Amino acid sequence: MGTLGSLRRKAVATAAAVGALSLVVGCGGDGDSVTGGSKDGDKVTITMGLFGVMGIKETGLLEEYEKNNPGVTIKAEIAGDEQTYYTALQTKLAAGKGLKDIQGIEIGRAKEITETRADKFADFSKVEGTDHFLPWKQSQITTKDGKVLGLGTDIGPMAVCYRKDYFEKAGLPTDREEVGKLWAGDWKKYVEVGRTFKKNFKGGDVSYTDSASGLFNAMVYGYPEQYYNEQGDLIYEKNPAVKEAWELSSDAAEEDLTAKLRQFQPGWDPGLSNGTFATAVCPAWMLSHISEKAGDVNKGKWDVARAPKGANWGGSFLGVIEESPVKEEAQKLVAWLTAPEQQARIFKDLGNIPSSQKALEDPSVKAVKNDYFSGAPLGEIFGAAAQEIPDKQVLGRKDGTIKDTFSQGLALVEQGTPRDEAWKTTTERIEKAVR
Amino acid sequence: MATSTTKALAGEEPPGPSRAGDGKETSRRRGAWLHRLDVKGAPYAFIAPFFVVFAAFSFYPLVYTSWISLHDVELATLDVMEWVAFDNYVELWGDSRFWNALQNTITIGVISTVPQLLMALGIAHLLNYRMRASLFFRVASLVPYATSVGAAALVFTMIFERDFGMINWGLGLVGIDPVNWEADKWPAQAAISTIVIWRWTGYNALLYLAAMQAIPADRYEAASLDGASRWQQFRHVTVPGIRSTIVFTIVLSTIGATQLFGEPLIFGQGPNGVTGGANNQYQTLGLLLYEEGWKNYQMGRSATVAWAMFMVLVLAFVAQRLIKRLRSRTS
Repeated sequence: MGTLGSLRRKAVATAAAVGALSLVVGCGGDGDSVTGGSKDGDKVTITMGLFGVMGIKETGLLEEYEKNNPGVTIKAEIAGDEQTYYTALQTKLAAGKGLKDIQGIEIGRAKEITETRADKFADFSKVEGTDHFLPWKQSQITTKDGKVLGLGTDIGPMAVCYRKDYFEKAGLPTDREEVGKLWAGDWKKYVEVGRTFKKNFKGGDVSYTDSASGLFNAMVYGYPEQYYNEQGDLIYEKNPAVKEAWELSSDAAEEDLTAKLRQFQPGWDPGLSNGTFATAVCPAWMLSHISEKAGDVNKGKWDVARAPKGANWGGSFLGVIEESPVKEEAQKLVAWLTAPEQQARIFKDLGNIPSSQKALEDPSVKAVKNDYFSGAPLGEIFGAAAQEIPDKQVLGRKDGTIKDTFSQGLALVEQGTPRDEAWKTTTERIEKAVR
Repeated sequence: MATSTTKALAGEEPPGPSRAGDGKETSRRRGAWLHRLDVKGAPYAFIAPFFVVFAAFSFYPLVYTSWISLHDVELATLDVMEWVAFDNYVELWGDSRFWNALQNTITIGVISTVPQLLMALGIAHLLNYRMRASLFFRVASLVPYATSVGAAALVFTMIFERDFGMINWGLGLVGIDPVNWEADKWPAQAAISTIVIWRWTGYNALLYLAAMQAIPADRYEAASLDGASRWQQFRHVTVPGIRSTIVFTIVLSTIGATQLFGEPLIFGQGPNGVTGGANNQYQTLGLLLYEEGWKNYQMGRSATVAWAMFMVLVLAFVAQRLIKRLRSRTS
């Protein structure tokens, strides 16, 4: 006799089923705003999605803006890794959900965004006081029909970081001016110095440079056209700049001038702290990584010299989502954050080089020196390097992927694969990746 | 719910004189029908929650993945899908990366699963003896299993590091040249297998131990009366006694090996891990799937790899059944 009992059972079962269903349904939408921001009378909330160390939150600029603009609340979320950040951003753009009012855009993604997602971002071309940037910087985030999707934060001019103590042991000059003269104007001379270093260095197992891919990137980024031409066609196979960089980097790899490390990966860090290499081609933003990982014991052993040629590696933008309920407020905030004064401050605090021409000319920026790198005048070195960056830089949709594939190809050469075979493998892989 | 309640109560209503025979008849019939529904239907209601969740989080993604695999879709524009029928599959069949990944998955699977299960069997056998602090050893053998893949893989990656890793340091002490664990194919696969073995041996050992403890003690007594040595007891009493558990662990390990992903990804570090090393020397099917989807942003091709992995598993089990049937026929 179980009618009552079965009733209870049925009730429980139905409740469980309904509960499970509502769990499933519960994953649906929340709120009606596409982005996290909101406006309620005088109270404005602006949300930001950032990655890495862009210096905006770290330097306390957001608190300052909130203080100067009562009623404004800024919520910034920072992802550590740009790759993860961008994958999530793409999914959110496709879904039209979960976006922030302000989104960071890395240079390697700028092309893809301007080509495929221009309608999702607000136009900055009419915003006041945004004419102080380096000309090439803003052109990278401008669509064909003149829509400006963001404002530049930092850029990545290059220098060469080197160990003074190792240079001394190899009988090379240690003064940064003289070191810069050793290879001025030509990356071939940089490799030539490496040969001298390898021959003369006494005192242990130290390679001349960390990786072949670092050299390769520095060379390739020095040309206006890299993997794509202006029409968006893949030209890397025929581009003499890429080929030249490949050959020279392969020379360095085959002659055992590199430590065969992978930049920014865990194996690279103990290399820095134990000093297994004497030089590294370093964009400005790499310095904070070196000083952190090489640690206090190596303070004053590193110095910074001018790179053979100007090149730009990295840098970012801030864009505003078109459908944001606080679009104007967010654009105002972005314009303020990227203004010359704020860019100068981020540089002084963290070392990210301003993308603003005006900030670069600021005497207080030029005067910046760095204790860790033997008091190297970073403002002067990188400021001059920034002016040497080609005035036009053509970006391509799959630049990031192609760069990674080339890095791996050079790793193959470092491990002993003949360079022609490695080149063939690399082009095959790129073909599969960009299709 | 409300209607069924009233109906159920109506069925329970005691037969009163006021009711005509006809009404009594229907209510009784309805009661019987409800009773049948209760007996036959309730079990389905009970298992429904699982299947609802399964449908939402497993079956739907499975079907949707197959749908995506028939299209050209990019991660950036998931809403734009171009129908390409079976092109992705044809392309995958002719792609050397796929065969390389399949081969790596099998070799890493074999060099991680076989030693792992043999060691687990040995450990379980030892733990099965009466000994001091047996609980401690049993818990200790399960600790690696409780460690997250990320943490374990990261620690092993440091241990296997080329310049400053512990293993190369140890090799140097006894005068052996350092091994380039990451860049060379077999050392890399061995290192990844080590991570897998370390994590899963204890877990399998405990499964075996549980099965061993279910073997009646008198079988061992009988065997020792017949003069069987410890080793003979192990071979002829223990192993046949836990056969079904062994099959179970083989099935689980095969599935795990096919889906191997986290260990090689972390071992390779960053973009280099996604491709399974500069030469794809330890790229598994799981990593190939990830590379297509989250490095090349080609969701269609990524979904195709996912289905290929599924088919590999199905094939493996069909083959296993065939072999089993053939063997039982010959014996």
